[in-house]
Order: sequence, then C-alpha cells, then structure tokens
Amino acid sequence: MLLRYFFILIVLLPLKAFALIEVDITRGNLNPLPVAVSPLSIDEESRESFKKILKKENIGSEIAIVVENNLKQSGLFNPLNKDAFLQKPDIANLKPRFEDWNLIKAQALITGKVTFVDKKLRVEFRLWDVLAGKEMMALAFTTVPSNWRRVGHIITDKVYERLTGETGYFDTRIIYVAEEGLKTNRIKKLAIMDQDGFNNKFLTLGNELVLTPRFSPTNQMVTYLSYFKNLPRVYLLDIETGMQEVVGDFPGMTFAPRFSPDGKKIIMSFAKDGNSDIYTMDLENRIVERITNHPSIDTSPSFSPDGKFITFNSDRSGYQQIYVMNSNGKNVKRITFGNGLYGTPVWSPRGDLIAFTKLHKGKFYIGVMRTDGTGERLLTENFYQEAPSWSPNGRVLIFYRETKTNSKGEGFSAKLWSIDLTGYNEKMVETMTDASDPSWSSLLNN
Amino acid sequence: MNRNIVISFGLHTMLVIITAMSLPFLAKKPINLPPIVSVELIQITDKTNIPFALKAKKIIEEIKEKEKKLVSEQAPPKMVKKEKPDSIPPPNEKIKKIEKIKDKKQNPEKIETEIKQVSEFEKKNLFDPNNVAALIDKSKIESAKTTKKLDKITQDQDKNIDSPGLSLSEEDALKAQIFGCWSIPLGLPYNENLLVRIKLQLKPDGSIIRSEILDHARMNKPGQGFYKVLAESALRAIKLCQPLRVPSKGYEKWKELQLNFDAREMLEG
Repeated sequence: MLLRYFFILIVLLPLKAFALIEVDITRGNLNPLPVAVSPLSIDEESRESFKKILKKENIGSEIAIVVENNLKQSGLFNPLNKDAFLQKPDIANLKPRFEDWNLIKAQALITGKVTFVDKKLRVEFRLWDVLAGKEMMALAFTTVPSNWRRVGHIITDKVYERLTGETGYFDTRIIYVAEEGLKTNRIKKLAIMDQDGFNNKFLTLGNELVLTPRFSPTNQMVTYLSYFKNLPRVYLLDIETGMQEVVGDFPGMTFAPRFSPDGKKIIMSFAKDGNSDIYTMDLENRIVERITNHPSIDTSPSFSPDGKFITFNSDRSGYQQIYVMNSNGKNVKRITFGNGLYGTPVWSPRGDLIAFTKLHKGKFYIGVMRTDGTGERLLTENFYQEAPSWSPNGRVLIFYRETKTNSKGEGFSAKLWSIDLTGYNEKMVETMTDASDPSWSSLLNN
Repeated sequence: MNRNIVISFGLHTMLVIITAMSLPFLAKKPINLPPIVSVELIQITDKTNIPFALKAKKIIEEIKEKEKKLVSEQAPPKMVKKEKPDSIPPPNEKIKKIEKIKDKKQNPEKIETEIKQVSEFEKKNLFDPNNVAALIDKSKIESAKTTKKLDKITQDQDKNIDSPGLSLSEEDALKAQIFGCWSIPLGLPYNENLLVRIKLQLKPDGSIIRSEILDHARMNKPGQGFYKVLAESALRAIKLCQPLRVPSKGYEKWKELQLNFDAREMLEG
C-alpha cells in the first residue's frame, strides 16, 4: 500500500515542480501608439537645391510633417511634439540614443535623410523600435522632386504596415463631386485629390450634373453618372488622358455604376418603365449581361473582392433591404432584417464586411455588418449622410454628410467625413468646396 | 419450553416493531424544497480587478500601521518578562520575587483584561463601515492565528503548499497591468490563429531577466507578417510594463512565467 502511495507521489511531484504559470492576455489598449517622427536630415547643398526647385525652406521637415499628419489622421498613432526631441535629426538617423526617445515615451521612431542626387530627390528612412532598441525597417526612394508629398505618403504606408500588420492607405487618391452654388442650383464637378486633401484637381467643367464617381481598381479609369440628352447615363473617364465615353447603348437610364474587382467589367442599374435591374458590361468586348430579373427596383450593386458574389439593394420585400447573390444572379438571399431601410451596400476590400447606409426614424446611419447580415454595427448617426466608400485596406470608410438648412434655405453644406471601423476616429476631410459622393482609389504604388 | 418460546416471540415482536418504527421510508417527511434562487454567472476577473486590490492594499497597510502604533502604546504586558530573574538573588529576595511572579502568573485575568481592552480599543477605533474590506482582512489574520495555535498550520503556509499558480487577484493584477501597456495592432485578422506565447524569467522585484518567444521560428517565416507584428507588440508591452506587478511572496513559483497574448477577442469586437 505504502509503495503505491510512494509511486503516485513520484509521478505527481515532477509535474508540480515544473508547472509553468501561464497568464492569458486577451485585452489591450486601443490608444494611439506614441511615435516620434524626427525631421529628415538634409545637408546644406541639397537644401539649397530643393529650395530653388520646390520653394520649400527645408524639404526634410516638410516630408516629416506629411508623415506626421498621416499618422495622426489614422487615429492609430500619436506623433509626439517635436519640441521634446533631444537628439538632432542627422545623429538620430545614424544611431538613435534610445534612452532619450524612451524618456519622451516614444515607442517607435522614424528618422531619415534627404539628398539631391542627379536632379532627383533621394529619401532614406528608418523605423526604430525604441523599447527593443533595434531597427525595424530601412528603405530608400528616388523620384522627381515634385513627388515629395507622395514620398511622405509611401513612408507612412510602410510604417503603418510594419506597425499594424495591415497595408496602408495613404498613397491613395479620392475622387468626389465638388459642389458649389445654392442648393436649388448646384454646380457639380468631378474632382480628385490626395487622401489628405492636397493636390486637388477638377476633372469636369460643371456643365452637366455628375454623380456617383467610382474608381477602377487599376486607377486609370473612373466610372460615373452624368446626363446625356437629359437622361442619366453611366460614363467612363480616363484620368490620365481626359477621354470620356458613354457606357453601353441602353434605351433608358443607367445609374449606380461600379467596377468589378479585376477592372474588366462595370456593374450598374438599368431602368426602363419604372423597373430597374442589374446589368454588367464587359469593357473589352462590350457584351452586356442581365444579372437580376425582378419587377422590383434593384440597384447599388457591388462585387465581393473575389468577384464571386454581388450585394445590392432591392425593395422586392416591400421595403428597401440589402441582398447578396452569386455573380451570375442565382441564389439571391436577403441579409438585412432590421428596422428601417437599408441601402448603398459596399463590399469591403478585405471581403469580411459590407458597409451600408441605413435610414431609421428620420435619421441616417453609416454601418457595417458581416456578409451574411449578422453583426450589424452602426458607426455614425446624423441628419443626412450616405454613400460609404472603403479605404483600400478596409479599415476606414469615407462618406458625405449634409447639414440642415434654416427656414430661409440657407446654411446648407455637404462635406466629406471619414470614420474607422472602431467608430471612434470620425474626422472631416478638408475640401476646397462642398463635396459629396467620395470614392477611394486603391494604392497608387501597387 | 413454552415460556422460552413466549419470551422469544415477545422479543422478536419487539424487534420487528422497533425496526418498523425506525425504518426511514415509514417516517418519510415531505421535502421542503427551497425557493428557486436565480444565479447570474459573472466573470470573476471583472470583479477582482486591480483598482480594488490597490485600494484594499492601502487600507490594509493603514490599518497595520495603526495596529503597530497601538501595540507600542499598550506595551505594559511585556513588563512580565522583564521581571524574570537573570542572576540568582539572595534567598529572601528570591522567594519574594518568585511569589511576585507567581502572583502575576496565577492571576491571568489581569493580563487578559489588559489584552481585551487593547482589542476592544482597537475595535472601537478601527470599526469604520467604509473599511469593511480591511476588517474582513483582519478577521482572516485573526482566524489564521487561531488555526496556528490549534494545528500549527497557517493559511499562508497552506497557500504556499497547495496553490500551484497565482491567485485570482494576483493574476488579475498582472493582467490589468499588461492590458494597459499592450497597444494591440488593429490591422490583424481576427480569424487566424495568432497566439503569441512569451516565456519570461523574472527577478523578485518583477523586472525581466530574459524574454523568449516560444514560437520564435514563426517570426521569420514568409507569410507570417501578422504574427511578427503581434509578437513585437507583445514584447513592447512587456518592456513598457516592467517591473511586472508580481506577488510579493512565492518567488520560486513565478520566477518563470508564460504570457499568452491573444488579440482575437479585441479584434473581433
């Protein structure tokens, strides 16, 4: 008997002696990561050269400011005040004194160097892990000097990707409808700008009303709705050449266009005799295919990123709701069953979510849900807002919001707003004029 | 013969009656079912979080300090020990002193009352409805003392012997500290297996001697970018947090610690 107890004791003892305590860490904070963006160092000769070409006093500092603003705008990073920096940019780029950066609570540090080489702008940058005291990334770019803002965006994308694990969205552009004039007599022009609001350009003159511009995944083309012989029609516009054309030869009005993920097709609504259905058109051979065939109004189609499914809204149940079907129009399933009306569904580039606009009890909401309609989350609520468009990484939504007019019809404005998936980082995107119907491009440097 | 049969019959009958009377199913009483009490299942970690623990710790420390003060003020009982003779005095004095000592020893009530006064005084001073947590703690210490007297095994010793890991409040304190330091990389996919296990070697003060990622090979594999990002963020959290908030006792138990960082719950939202 004693022997048996002894044996059990021998079996159990080592287990106990070597048992390692495990603690599960399943929560963390979502506070922005403190980052120090040191001004990029620049030698005197290069500084003078860039000053002549770009009319900027110190291009190194200017690029650092672009990076800093991008990081701040993302809501995930907290760029620290430069006044607190103890180390000079040129020395910090060679070997940062991590104790100094640790002292100001920086967890990551960006340093760099700008040089003028063969009439070109060469930028080196390094990302440092301050707490681990090691270099995380080092890259160099060479480009024409006028591209200096894009260099700032590309650096931000690389830093963002290295620190969050997700591709960035800073080297991108936004196309939107620029609006001017009274509400009853608005002039609407197509406009394009960098995602941070700089380099704004107008693409149309404003003679015709334009609506719902959408970027092609290739970035060369834009599809939008404009009027032709007093009928709304879907157009194609090449941003580089300025050429535009009407899509297809439809006898009625076409609207709500969007590109397929491979950029080879356009999906849109075609309306005739009060009934609208969804069609696709192949841009190479111009073959048109009917996708839905239902007496109700089917509109706002959007492809899933793999091209296998289409989401759209329809009033076939009596109220406007969101549906998902196969790309050939089969297997139509209703996915929204909540109170209110649902519209403008847009499939996330990551494929996991669908963004939508919801109208309930006189208020407009922008929200997201899983592709089967579960997990609905309303991110923002307002008097009037709609048309969400995803950032290329599927992390941020841009949409537009209109304000109420007073009794005299004054005070109306339409502005672009962005919000991230957490629903916290809601910000207005600065535009020169009033703006609506934004569409986010994919990354330019892909 | 007949008489014996009668006696036997009588006794057997008695036996049968007694057995029958005492059988449980015969004396069955209706079961009084207690009213149904609804129970809400809660996560205990939410209830034993660090702010409370810190607060309680402070209160306990304050109480202990007060106790110390009281003991020093109420020192007289120690006089008893001082009166013990160190050297052998002349016979007469010896007898007197022994008598005195005997007197005091034979009159334990005096000492007892003195002690009681102290405890009552303490109670009067210490009882504060706001410091219930501290009082509970004190009662625990007192009960520990009694068990020591009786069994010579204290609660503290029990803990050291039996509990293989950290107690709930110790674990919560550590978790809460790391929760605050860990900036979760928000871009990670929530549907992938991204569990980062880090083994730590700690000093008694909670600072880190060595940290080791257990699946280190995964860090540099192609296509494991997300894992690398998560692992680096976890390492940053540990470095930012050190010294870790570890228990003051049982160093041997937690000198090696494994932290499992799993962000899925947070990322899924």
